[in-house]
Parts: sequence; C-alpha cells; structure tokens
Amino acid sequence: MSTQPIALDAPLIELIDVTKSYGAGSASMQALRGVSLRINAGEFVAIMGASGSGKSTIMNIIGCLDTPSSGSYRFKGVAVELLDRNQRAQLRRFELGFVFQGFNLLSRTSALENVELPLIYRGLPHSERRALAQEALAKVGLDGWAGHTPSELSGGQQQRVAIARAIVTQPSVLLADEPTGNLDSARSVEVMEMITRFNQESGITVVMVTHEPDMAQFARRVIHFRDGIIASDVIQSGITS
Amino acid sequence: MIWNTILLALREIRRNVLRSFLTVLGIVIGVAAVIIMVTLGGGVTVKVGDQISSLGSNLLIITPGKRMGPGQVSGAGPFTLEDAAAIAREIPGLAAVAPMSSRAMTVVFGNQNWSTMVSGITDDYFTARNWAVQSGREFNASELRSGAAVCIVGATVQSKLFGNQTAVGNRIRLQKIACEVIGVMEPKGQSTMGTDQDDLVLMPLRTFGRRIAGNQDVNMIQVSAQKGVSTEKVQRDVERLLHERRHIPANSENDFNVMDMKEITKMLTNTTKVLTGLLGAVAAVSLLVGGIGIMNIMLVSVTERTREIGIRMAIGAMEREVLLQFLVEAIVLSSFGGLIGIVLALVGSFGIASALHVPFIFNTQIVIIAFLFSAAVGVIFGYFPARKAARLDPIEALRHE
Ligand SMILES: Nc1ncnc2c1ncn2[C@@H]1O[C@H](COP(=O)(O)OP(=O)(O)O)[C@@H](O)[C@H]1O
Ligand SMILES: [Mg+2]
Repeated sequence: MSTQPIALDAPLIELIDVTKSYGAGSASMQALRGVSLRINAGEFVAIMGASGSGKSTIMNIIGCLDTPSSGSYRFKGVAVELLDRNQRAQLRRFELGFVFQGFNLLSRTSALENVELPLIYRGLPHSERRALAQEALAKVGLDGWAGHTPSELSGGQQQRVAIARAIVTQPSVLLADEPTGNLDSARSVEVMEMITRFNQESGITVVMVTHEPDMAQFARRVIHFRDGIIASDVIQSGITS
Repeated sequence: MIWNTILLALREIRRNVLRSFLTVLGIVIGVAAVIIMVTLGGGVTVKVGDQISSLGSNLLIITPGKRMGPGQVSGAGPFTLEDAAAIAREIPGLAAVAPMSSRAMTVVFGNQNWSTMVSGITDDYFTARNWAVQSGREFNASELRSGAAVCIVGATVQSKLFGNQTAVGNRIRLQKIACEVIGVMEPKGQSTMGTDQDDLVLMPLRTFGRRIAGNQDVNMIQVSAQKGVSTEKVQRDVERLLHERRHIPANSENDFNVMDMKEITKMLTNTTKVLTGLLGAVAAVSLLVGGIGIMNIMLVSVTERTREIGIRMAIGAMEREVLLQFLVEAIVLSSFGGLIGIVLALVGSFGIASALHVPFIFNTQIVIIAFLFSAAVGVIFGYFPARKAARLDPIEALRHE
C-alpha cells in the first residue's frame, strides 16, 4: 500500500471498466463485463438485479475478497488489484464491515465474542474490546443477549449481532449482500432501519445487495445490474426518514 | 498478536471440549507410556545396582571351574586355605580375603525344620560382604581356630525356625551335629537374581570342614579390595597367582573364575538401561501415533470449519494469523495432552513402582523431554492442516456448505 500515493480527493470507491471472468477456454464465462462506478463517502447504495447478474461478484470485488480480471478497483485511491492477499486482508480489517445473507456468526460462540472478533484481529486490549463490543450490541438493541450463542437467538437477532460485528470497528464501508434474504418482512424492516441509522448517524458508507424493492427503498441510490453490466443507476428522491 | 492468537485458539478448544479431549487422547497415552516406561526402568536400574552393591563394594568372587558359557561351569578342583592365605599375603591392596565352603542342608530346631545353605566362613567374610550381625555376636578367634560348634543364622532362618523368639542362645541340629546360635545377621532381602540372601547359616570354616564336609576344601574365595584400589588390577593379580599355584600350563585356560562384581553391576545396569531405552522407544511410537491422531482431527476440523475460516478472513484475518491460530490450537492441544499425560504417568508409575517394590525415581529430564516432544508433535502435525486452512480462498470458504 505504501508504494501507492493516496489521493485525498479520490472517491471512496472507484471501479474503472472492471470485468470478471470465471473458468478458462470455452467453459469461461464473464460475470462482469465492464463495470465503471464511483461511490462517495457517506452514500447508501442498493444494488439490484436478477439472480446471476453479477451482484455478489461486484460485492466481492468491492469487499477486497476478490480482484477484477481486468480494469481497476481503487479504494481511497489505492489500486486494490495491485495488493497482495495480506494487504487486502488489512484493508478489510481496517476499512470494511461485512453483513451476509446467512449471518455467518461463529457457532457455539457468544454474541459478545462474535462481536469482539474483528477487534481481536485489530489487536485491541481486552478491556477496550469488551467495552466496544458491549456498546455495539447495545446499538443493535441486544444489550441483554451478550452471553447467548447464535443457536439461542432468532434470525433477526443473529443478523443484528452480525451488524454489530460489522460496525464495531467503525469501518468506512458496510457491505451487505442480501442482508434481509433470510428474514421475514418485519425483521427485514428492523434490520434496514438499523443499517440506515448507522449510515445517517455514523456516516458509514453502505453498499447493499437486495432483490426486494421494499428494501431498496431505504437506499438513496439504486444501481441495477443486468448480465454483468450496469443497466441503470438512479438517485431516489422522496425517501422516507 | 501471539496472545490474541492463543486466545482464539483457547476459545476454539473450549468450544468443543469433548472433541479436544479425544483429539489429545493419543498424546496423553503416548506421553504417559514414555514416562512410565522410563521411570520404572530407571527404578529397576537403581534397584539392581543397589542390590549388587549390597553384596559388598569392590567385591571379587573367585570360584573353581572354567566358564563354559552363560551359567555353565566345568568341573575343577576346589581351592585350599593356603590359596586364600597366599592371596592375602601376596596381593597388595586387599581389605579382606574370605574363603568359604557351602552345602545345602536341613536345619532342625524342636519340631521345625528348614532346608537352607550352610556355609563355613572366616571372620573376613563380614568385611568382604560388608555385612554385620544384627543381634548376638560374630565368631571369636578361638571359636574360629578350634572349630567350635557355633553358628550365626540369617533373618529368614531365624523367622522360619524361631518365629518371634530370638534364635541366639538356642541349639539347632545340622544332620549329626548340634550347634549353638550365637548371632543373627542383618536382613538383606532378595538378590538381583531373586534369591533370598537371608536364607543361610554361617559357621566357622574349620567347624564346617571337620564336622560337615569332612575335608578342608574351599569352594569359593571372596576378596574385597581396599577403597581406591582398582578391582581390575586385583583381578589380574589373583588370576596370575592362582594360575601359578594351580600349576596350569602357560598356554591353557584357567580352571577357575574371578568375577568382578563391579563389572557385573555395570553389565546388569547397562542391560536394564538398554531395556528401558527400548521400552521408551516403543512408547515414543505411540506418541507419534498420537501426533497423527491430532493431524487427522485437525484436518477434519479445517474442512468442518471452512466457513468459519472464511468469516475470519472476511473480517480481516491474514494468512499467517489463520495459520498461527490452527498451529497454536494444535500445540496447545498437544501440550495439554502432554501435561495430562505427565500427571497420569507420575501417579501411574508411583503406583506401579510401589506395587513392584521398585524405587520411584522422578526423572525430571524425561518429563521435560516428553512435554517438549508433545509440543513438537503439535507443531509438526498441526502445520499441514494449519497451512491448508490459511491457503483457503475466502470467497470459496464463505460459500462452503
Ligand atoms: N466462483 C465462480 N465460478 C464460476 N462461476 C461463478 C463463480 N462465482 C459466480 N459465478 C457466476 O458468475 C455469475 C454472477 O454470479 P453472482 O455475482 O453470484 O450473481 P448474483 O447477482 O446472483 O449475486 C453467475 O452466472 C455465476 O454462476
Ligand atoms: Mg448473489
């Protein structure tokens, strides 16, 4: 990372003609076919599109879990495709928070310890870690549930623990791939309101994949994908809040 | 970072206590086996050494007959009292020269009888064997010279014939002669070969020759060297002297045998040491098997926890942190196994040692080695699964299941 100058005026997230192909030869298929996109700090973006249109692929690239086959992805001006595995891990550790459709909490591990996990990788001392994790759990309304393991929590509660884990490090970007995909509509709205609150109160940039228009309503900007390219990119006007 | 990694590893172990225990069972057994083998072997070695040195320090035993092979002796004429006198006179540096003659006999007191070994001895016997009477007294000079009908009994004979009463002052019958018991020897217990050293009756050699054997033969001469005198040299001197006295042609083999007890001690303790080493090595194989057990479970665990590894990587765990976590897990597990094994081994070998009447000798070295070995097993057999975990692709890992 140190070899690259950090452009202060660069957008938070910038994709330039990004493609991603899987497989080789005749079996190869292109999941992304030239995507250019800028997301500024503080935005709340919903990515929509049919199944297989490349939403998860773009999320993985934005999340520094994957790199483009061609094109460039700049995070805070840094070309991520030039970073190695460990440097990308560092970027995730200090800049990104993830929320998954399947919650992805560690089983047989208490809510508190799940939320603590990213802080352990950040090397925070025990007492500070505990305090921050408690605070994050309180923010998602789970004060009394710190000692419970995922199997003792409802789906909605598990997703809130996952959100607490994602925001406990105060990342610049919260990436959520279908965060409400496994929840009923009431729980979905709760989770969306929570994400919206973190976007508005803490200024965390949110990029969220959803195929439910109701959920996309919470975002200010909606990007539609079709067959690996951006079909539309719209700023919504009358959003409630 | 290392502390955090250990913390993560400990949490992982706590998450699955039963599985963790089963994982390390192999190590527990391996470490326990190695320590028990080596501790007991050490105890046996010490016991053998003790028993032989209880025969008397710097002792050489001279017997007639050629050694034909292990335990086999060809017939040859006995020694004479003059042989013993010549050894005492001509070989420097000796503390005692004790000629003796023995015969298995039945001894009778009242209606009790007991068959035992009766030996005729001189007063040098007590010095050579480093052995003393416990109650009563040794033979005096006039008894030795005149061949008086007196005897000293071993602790076994005392208890078989007299029970709780004292033997001293009573008369026992040995075939046709009656002799007065004037002393009882200190108990010595079993010899290395398993014979009871206290099962004997001693009398003056002259008495034995006249009243029992009917000749003045000497069947055995025990020689003890003074402190600081080389027993090898004494052995050579004795061999040369007897070679001459028994008129053996210069180029033929001796028809007698000089055994250096020190050498036998060395030989026997070496044998037990080698045996200990072998048993320890066999036990070490079980440690290795324990290590393979750890690797097996860790590999299963990596596959099972693929999704978890994906989560950790998404959260920002670096390759080497994942590697370290699994490695530390393996090391912590195997070290725990090692510690449990050590505790089991100490309790176990203490119990077995006291059951077998072998001294319990705590061998710090082998405990430390076994512990380090178990930790090393963790490193070696944990590395491969850990590397497998660290090399996982985060996206693939997250999609797992
Ligand atoms: N690891 C992979 N190997 C091969 N093809 C893949 C892989 N990941 C995704 N794809 C393909 O890429 C396309 C886009 O996938 P994805 O981004 O997951 O779509 P979605 O919009 O449903 O999230 C799909 O056709 C999918 O089958
Ligand atoms: Mg998807």
